[in-house]
Amino acid sequence: MKQVTAQGMPYDAWKDNDYIEKLVTELRESGTNVLVGSLDKLINWGRSNSLWPLTFATSCCGIEFVSLGAARFDMARFGWEVARASPRQADFMMVAGTIVHRMVPVFRRLYDQLAEPKYVIACGSCAISGGPFRKSYHVAKGIEDIVPVDVFCPGCPPRPEAMIYSIMQLSRKIKVERFFGGVNRQENQKEFLAAHPIEDTSAANID
Amino acid sequence: MAILQEKISKIFPEATFEEGEILLVNIPDAKLHDLVKSLRDDHGFDYLVTIVGMDWVTSLGCVYYLTSTETKEFISIKTQTTDRDNPMLHSIADLYAIGGIYEREVYDFFGIIFINNPDMRRLFLNIDWVGFPFRKDYDASPEINPVSTQSERQTDYTQSWIEMPDGSIKEEKTRIFNEDDFVVNIGPQHPATHGVLRFRTAVDGETIQKIDVYMGYIHRGVEKLCEDLSYMQTLHFMDRLDYFSAHNYHHGLCLAIEKAAGIEVPRRAQVIRTMMDELSRIASHCLFIGTFCMDLGATTMLFYTLRVREQILDIMEKTCGARMTFNYDCIGGVMADLDPDFIKDVKELLAVLPKNVAEYNKLFTGNVVAKSRLTGVGVLSNADAKSWAITGPSGRASGWACDVRKTHPYSVYSELKFDQVIRTEGDSMARFKNRVDEILQSKGILEQLIEMLPEGEYCAKVPKVIKLPAGHWFQVVEGCRGLFGVYIESDGSAKPYRLKLATPGLPAGAVVDHITRGQKIADLITIGGSMDYIVPDMDR
Repeated sequence: MKQVTAQGMPYDAWKDNDYIEKLVTELRESGTNVLVGSLDKLINWGRSNSLWPLTFATSCCGIEFVSLGAARFDMARFGWEVARASPRQADFMMVAGTIVHRMVPVFRRLYDQLAEPKYVIACGSCAISGGPFRKSYHVAKGIEDIVPVDVFCPGCPPRPEAMIYSIMQLSRKIKVERFFGGVNRQENQKEFLAAHPIEDTSAANID
Repeated sequence: MAILQEKISKIFPEATFEEGEILLVNIPDAKLHDLVKSLRDDHGFDYLVTIVGMDWVTSLGCVYYLTSTETKEFISIKTQTTDRDNPMLHSIADLYAIGGIYEREVYDFFGIIFINNPDMRRLFLNIDWVGFPFRKDYDASPEINPVSTQSERQTDYTQSWIEMPDGSIKEEKTRIFNEDDFVVNIGPQHPATHGVLRFRTAVDGETIQKIDVYMGYIHRGVEKLCEDLSYMQTLHFMDRLDYFSAHNYHHGLCLAIEKAAGIEVPRRAQVIRTMMDELSRIASHCLFIGTFCMDLGATTMLFYTLRVREQILDIMEKTCGARMTFNYDCIGGVMADLDPDFIKDVKELLAVLPKNVAEYNKLFTGNVVAKSRLTGVGVLSNADAKSWAITGPSGRASGWACDVRKTHPYSVYSELKFDQVIRTEGDSMARFKNRVDEILQSKGILEQLIEMLPEGEYCAKVPKVIKLPAGHWFQVVEGCRGLFGVYIESDGSAKPYRLKLATPGLPAGAVVDHITRGQKIADLITIGGSMDYIVPDMDR
């Protein structure tokens, strides 16, 4: 079995190898073409080591994300420091904070604007389930129903170390992706988006 | 107070009074405007602290908290209407600039229409939102107001209800912007709005004509959630409003509950709480300096200031067990005793602070670019600061001595020696410098606190279930960004009937429209940054 790891972390130190091993088995099920397989490896190597986040934060978790960018936790070590303000230039979105009713359409639009391939990390209990605000009249109960999520990072807010771990997990997931068809998580994404369409009402919505 | 009560009853014979810690005046709606005007003009009540919307089931109404910046006295005014289908009260938006925003909030939550308020839109919720969530009979089922990925309906119009000379009420629809205004949308996803805040900005060339501050992108309904929780449980939300003032907000709510329940806090706990407040203040101002300088392009500053912040977070983590959401202050004291290393760590921190602050000043404050970007920009006059209820370091930059630690001392603050940092320029530079100087004041306070830290209990014995007697209480504390007020109304049960949090964020965001008019659009970022609002604090 191929041992998928990221940022030089020993394979045994990872907590959820079963899951990644399942992905690897799925990837190998139909066999791999030597040429395409090597190309996949190269592309995934590049992608997984230069993930650019979108600066997107709604509340407390965003401040821990700032700490993550600063000298102590220093995400520049891993190639994630290029936080982009525009979704067009970002690879993944760290959903740091509560998503409320009014934010949902904006958040979905931001996701739609991300260039492919795009990934989402649900960071903190609010993004995962609504967290302490779950019973509120104005809070979305998790972002899972709005966009497809790749990695969940629990905590309220998660410590910067946990955030590092979650982004490393994302790197690992990218490493077992297939660029052309087959086990390609982008297909799940398409299914999800087909199941959760949004009508274009941009013109009709202005009074 | 008795003199004031006499004076009011002479002019307004219909007013009734409830004695208490703060005098409460009951007044019929028709006389409300006259009473508030007379209080403001003749008795010096020039600062509107908050408007608490209330649903007493039989009636809807408001409690206004006013204070005088001269005498520091509080007064509260209660007015109500029994009409639930079409509740209307008179507006005081013409007397206090911030009144208009507070009334919009009450309208949003309770559906009370304020007659003569020129802008009676919803503040946090969508225009198509069904029902008024803070009413006791609100139906919260998710089918009525579902989560939707469709863009929310936008409108260029606002509504108002104007009283005609003959006493009839006329509904009016007016444009927010003029028809030929060029409106630029800034936010909600913008790195310089410090969170999910949206400015609809009308510009003429590069000059800002008007800003419509559009909030609610992180409105989580904390106050309503609290109504279903026990007093102990409500505390943890205080960490998540203004997450930099977590300890201060906890402190405020604890003080209010302890005051109501008559719980005495051990002295050691009081000193510990005060220490945590001041440590938070330093950490908060450090992050402010970092992000504010980053807004101006001085990215390196963030790394310098976060160094101190991380050191403080380490100290807190040792004692509280968390980096941000501490949940440390509890009713009757604090959750756990200080870490054995606490004093040593704090002393180490205090030793490096002056050097760090000198470094910040050397790197940024004297910088010619910073000077030209900040000096004379976004001037907020003293009278406007009071009218807009801008407290904290920003208010003190406009020459208003509004530090609650001095004006209404709580805990052990009355025994401490420190100065209010006051500047009179009222510009972005003054607001920035005030925060830098407050770091050093907090350092002085911490030094005194370490000296006076007594041995003893860190938490009083309190009953497992805390029930407050029927009544209402109001408590103010100084958060890192200004006055934080807690209003609790209890019906005698173990849950609050109404919990209102008056936060400094809302005025700080609302005033952006006022101080940016006529300024360049590039300065919007520096002015907004210098007001140092926290969006979850604003939206709650």
